[in-house]
This record gives sequence, structure tokens and C-alpha cells, in this order.
Amino acid sequence: MATLTYRDALNQALREEMQRDPNVFLMGEEVGVYQGAYKVSRGLLEEFGPMRIVDTPIAELGFAGIGVGAAMAGLRPVIEFMTWNFAVLALDQIVNSAAKILYESGGQIPIPIVLRGPNGAALQLAAQHSQAWDSWLSHIPGLKVVAPATPADAKGLLKAAIRDNNPVIVLEGEMLYNLKGDVPEGEHIVPIGRADVKRPGRDVTFVCHSKTVAVALKAAEQLAEHEGVSAEVLDLRSLRPLDEEAIVGSVARTNRAVVIEEGWPHAGIGAQVVDVIQREAFDQLDAPVLRVTQADVPMPYNKQLERLAKPSPDRVVAAARRVLYLD
Amino acid sequence: MATNVYMEALSPTMEEGRVVKWHKRDGDPVKAGETLAEVETDKAVMDLVARADGVLRQVAAPEGQTVAVGSVVAVIVSPGEAVGAAPAAAAPATPSGSGKRETGNVATVTAPAPVAVTPLPVAAAADATRVKASPLARRMAKEAGVDLKLVTGSGPGGRVVKKDLERTPERGQPVASPPAAALPSPVSRVAPPEPTGAAYADVPLTQIRKTIAKRLATSLGPIPHFFLTTEVDMERASEARDALNKQLGDQGKVSFNDIIIKATAHALTKHPACNAWFQEDHIRYWREVHIGMAVAVEDGLITPVIRNAELKPLADIGREAKDLAEKARSRRLQPNDYTGSTFSVSNLGMFDIDQFTAVINPPEAGIIAVGSIVQKPVVVDGQLTARRRMRITMSCDHRVIDGATGAAFLRTLKQMLENPLAMLF
Repeated sequence: MATLTYRDALNQALREEMQRDPNVFLMGEEVGVYQGAYKVSRGLLEEFGPMRIVDTPIAELGFAGIGVGAAMAGLRPVIEFMTWNFAVLALDQIVNSAAKILYESGGQIPIPIVLRGPNGAALQLAAQHSQAWDSWLSHIPGLKVVAPATPADAKGLLKAAIRDNNPVIVLEGEMLYNLKGDVPEGEHIVPIGRADVKRPGRDVTFVCHSKTVAVALKAAEQLAEHEGVSAEVLDLRSLRPLDEEAIVGSVARTNRAVVIEEGWPHAGIGAQVVDVIQREAFDQLDAPVLRVTQADVPMPYNKQLERLAKPSPDRVVAAARRVLYLD
Repeated sequence: MATNVYMEALSPTMEEGRVVKWHKRDGDPVKAGETLAEVETDKAVMDLVARADGVLRQVAAPEGQTVAVGSVVAVIVSPGEAVGAAPAAAAPATPSGSGKRETGNVATVTAPAPVAVTPLPVAAAADATRVKASPLARRMAKEAGVDLKLVTGSGPGGRVVKKDLERTPERGQPVASPPAAALPSPVSRVAPPEPTGAAYADVPLTQIRKTIAKRLATSLGPIPHFFLTTEVDMERASEARDALNKQLGDQGKVSFNDIIIKATAHALTKHPACNAWFQEDHIRYWREVHIGMAVAVEDGLITPVIRNAELKPLADIGREAKDLAEKARSRRLQPNDYTGSTFSVSNLGMFDIDQFTAVINPPEAGIIAVGSIVQKPVVVDGQLTARRRMRITMSCDHRVIDGATGAAFLRTLKQMLENPLAMLF
């Protein structure tokens, strides 16, 4: 098993899938000559040529539409958005075309497209470029949404996404691309819809995904060290479909939960998770479920304010103390 | 926030308790889980423990006083926290035992509190209308048969949460509490009162005496008893016992009573119709055999339980019976030691009683009364010869066991005792 960065794990997944299936191609801004705004597509133009590594103009709606058309015609496009903040411009193609054509064609025309790119805030990119689209995209029937937190999951989920016959959204992270971790070589597929316990525990469950997995792990370490509390970190990995069984199973063991996400609180992913918990694990709950989210404001540019607006280990620890009745 | 210290239900059938000794005094700092006082329940002397950290104040029940379950006997406050005016002394339990708790009327029991400037939330935990509890705590309480009204919640606003129930596995009354003590005992080890010149002496009922009185009145009166007696030849059982004890050597001894318990358990597996509880609207036939063993203790009796006696080797039964009897005599039995029996055995053989009838231990449907083993002239194979014989009498609840059913069971039991090898089959 090699140690790779998250970016190289994605690169490996793309390369392997393009070698395996000639119908797979990558399209987006700066993916070719510049080798990707975040170097995810490094070396791919050289290996696969401009017919399969396609640079586009700055026109998200346009190239997303070309992707949907190519999928209708039988290809397996991977569309890279430089960030999901720019993909808002392509929402009509994503929501009204990609997600609906299978339904509207009476099941005749599948859309095996992957739409991927970094999501959420990085550092001081300000309000318009620091948004998490998790709940927006997960809201749509017809889409699948995955959000890997580790290099291994990034590779496994991207490969699963490319092989899936439905439109799959892959939410990556600018702050994740440099993250290093062990990545299984070759055929490593992470099934879509399966959560993963990143740290087992007994006293409280942290439900998280993507960048908040690291936040939850840090909080769990602090709690173990200072409070003797054993927190379980459950990485959702897939936001749609949601691994309800894993969520309920974990809460049944710990009786308490804190749900953490990068997005805003109102109608967020956490709200959906809490719905599952209150419905399926009601008799297991010893405390109300709490959520830790981004502050309910446009992301501040000011560095200190930005830090305070994001979910942090301290806020997770504080929420854990409340559900454990330690305060 | 002040936390009330309640007289807790420390045994499944406890309705009142006598404070034997306070381990903490007014003003002492206490930690959750620490023993505050020893309380004599109807079964044993148990510890009343603190449910919160703080300082013990307003001790309202002096040593020796008997108070009803659910009464406030003290409060625990934060250090430096002002306390309200002293509460009324904990209401003594009414001697007639009429202090019923099902209506949650602890408030009325402690009602005659003088008007306090800042009244303590005396009845908060006993409010019958609503108990705040987490869903998990509710489920745990339901499964354990604990009355949430009696549990002090440590969560926000007094919410009962998981840890409150983990600290107190047995605080309320189990939904279907099995019987504890119900057998008659002709033995009383309490010394009669010293002659004082008066024509009589009034001795207050102890907790255990009260329980025996109450429980026995629910047996012979309401339960339609009938009795079956048979005489058992104990020659082979005696020989088997001698051989077994020789083999065991230092590793313990097997008594006749152990053999009878084992044989009874075994016979019950062949006659499950006798291994049953009469319940309000159904009969519960047990697939496991838990034998209640009547043990005379100072001023009373109690029936500790040998669980799954049908599965245990004789030597294990012997060790367990000895251990339970010792615990019973030192009053250290825990509630799970004396609840849940499915059938009982009472033995007065050691008192040279030839034969007697025992009172059924409800909700069980039967009990075996064992007399002494005596040498008697009997005819064996046409020859008059001396044999060791023992009379056993089965009391049956006719609502569960009919005459022929009981007789068939008793015949099996007799055969097993007369030929202990039969227990192997």
C-alpha cells in the first residue's frame, strides 16, 4: 500500500479508470495543459491526449451540458469544476438534465456522469467562494453525492462514481488535496452509500464527513485525553444515499450523537441525519442530538472571524459535553 | 440546586425503611455514590447512597425511625448554597402499612411541612403527571421495572438520564415482583422479652415480620390449597449420600436437603405442569427450574433461590445452598438472591417433625414440605425390616395443579429419591 496525497489518489483513480474503459474522459477548466487547477489531472493529457482530456472555456453551464449529452450518447464523462462555487452556474444542467433524464425517458437513458471538484471553504476566499453545497446537491432525487475525507476513500469513491450508471457528485476539498494517507493499489472500490467508522468509541457518536472528519477526530482525541470520554467518529462518506443503518447502529451503541458539517445549519445534512436518529433510534437516545455547523452567515473574509465561523474541535467538544451531561 | 435524598425502595417489595445508622452527618461533604446511611428494609440492611455531589443538610429522619419509601430524609446542596427552612421531619411510616405509593402521594406523606421561605421541591420527583426522562432512560426503566417517579434525574431540569438508572439498578418496584419470603417458620430465634412484671409485652413488628405477615395472608387465604403426602424410602439416598460425601472429602458435603432439591428440580422437568406461576389472567409455565429454599433466620425466614437447579451437579447445589443460607442468616442477601423461584422446598426434618404442610409461596403453584428421616419397621419382600423413611407433603394451588397432576409429580419425586440413579435418566 502506497502513501499518497488525496490529489494523487484522485489522479490514480482517474488514470486507472481511463485505462480500463475508453469511454471515460475528463473535461473542465484547466484540466489539460495546466494539468488541473489543483493538479488532480497531472500527466493525464500526456497519457491520454486532447480527445480524452478536454480543456474548456470558462462556461460551466456549457460544458456540464456537453457532459450530459456525451453521457446520453454512451460515454462516461468526468466533469471537473474548478470549485463547486462555480458550479452554481451549471445547476440547470445538473438538476434539470443529469438528475432527470433517466426518469423522464422512462428509464431508457441512463446518465453515467461524474461531476467533481472542491467544495466548501478553504482559507480567506470570502463569502462567494467559501460555500458548502452538500445539502443543496443531496436534496435532488436522481443524484448520488459522495464526500471522501481520506486519500483511500477519495480513490475508492471516485472509481465507484465513474462506474456508477447514475450522475454522481464528488465533493472534494481544497484543504484536503495535500492530505496524505495509505491508499490501496489497483482495484480499490468504496461502495457508494456505505459509512465508515474512523474511530470506534462508546460514549458519543460524531457523525461527520469530508473536512469535518478531521475536526471530529481531533475533538475525540481531546475528549479521550482530558475527559476520559470515548467518542466514535462515523464518516458518512456518502450523503445520498445515506447509510442510515450505520448511523442508527452507532447511536444504539453510544446513546448520544453530535452531527458536524461544513454547511449552514438551516436544512443542512445534519438535519437529515438527526431525522434518521430521532425516527430510528428514539428509544436509544439519552440526550437530544446536537449539531455543529458553519455559523449561519456568509463566510467572513477576516481570518479570525472565518476561523470562528467554521466547525472546530472546541465546538465539537463543547457539544459532546452537553450531550454527555458533563456541564 | 438542592437534590433531595429520598428513602429509596431498596428491595422489590419494600414500602418503608428504618434508618439504622447515618454514615454522614448534617454538614458533611458527600460525593455521588457514597453511602449516606444504612437502612433496614423488609429483607436486609442495605446502603442508601448519595445521588449527587454536595453537602448533606437537613437530615430529617433520625436513626431508628421508620419512614415511607419516597419520603425526603435529607437534602444535598452545593457548598455554600443557602437552604430553605428546615423541612418537616420525615413522616414516620404509618404503622398499619397503609402508606400506599401507587398514587404518587409522597407529597401528602410529607405534607405537614411548616411554611418555608424557600420551599424545597419536596414532591418534584413524585409528580404523578409527568416525569422528564430521556427516551433511553424510559426504555431502561421499563425493562427493569423501575418507577421513574422515584428516580432523581441529574439532567437539565431534572431529566432522568441513563446514568441515573445505571447507578440505581433497583429503585422502584418491579412490575411483577416475585415473592420473597412466604413460608411459615415455627422457628424464632428472637429471645422472648425479659419478664418485667407486666402480664404481657408488646414487641413492635420488625420489617421482616411485617413482610411475612403480609405475604402469608395472600397465600393460604386466597389460594385454594390441597395437600398430598407420601412416604419415601431413603435407604438408597442415604447410601448414595454417604458415598458421595466420602468422595468429596474436603470439597464440601451434600445434605439430604440438597438431594431433595436436586430430585425436585429434576422431577419438575418431567412435570412442567407443576413448575408454574399463577398470574392474574394467565398461568406462566416455566421452562427453567428455580428452587426456593426456605431458610430460618433470626426472627423470620426467607427463601433464597437456587437457580437452574435442574442443570446443576449435586455438589454445586450443596455449595450454593450453604452459601445462600449463610448470607440469609447474616442478612446479606441481595434482592436477586431471593426472587424469581418457580417452586419451593421447606424442610423441618432437623426438628424431628414427621410431617407438615407448607404454605405456598405465591405466585408459585406448589411447595414440598419435608419431614425427618426416621427408622421404621416396614415389610420388604415379605420380610419385616428396619428402613430409613421420610414423609413429604406437597401443597398445591388448585387453580394450577389438579389432584392427579400433583400426584404424578410426587410419584416421580418419590421414585427419584428411592432410586437416585433414576435422576441420571
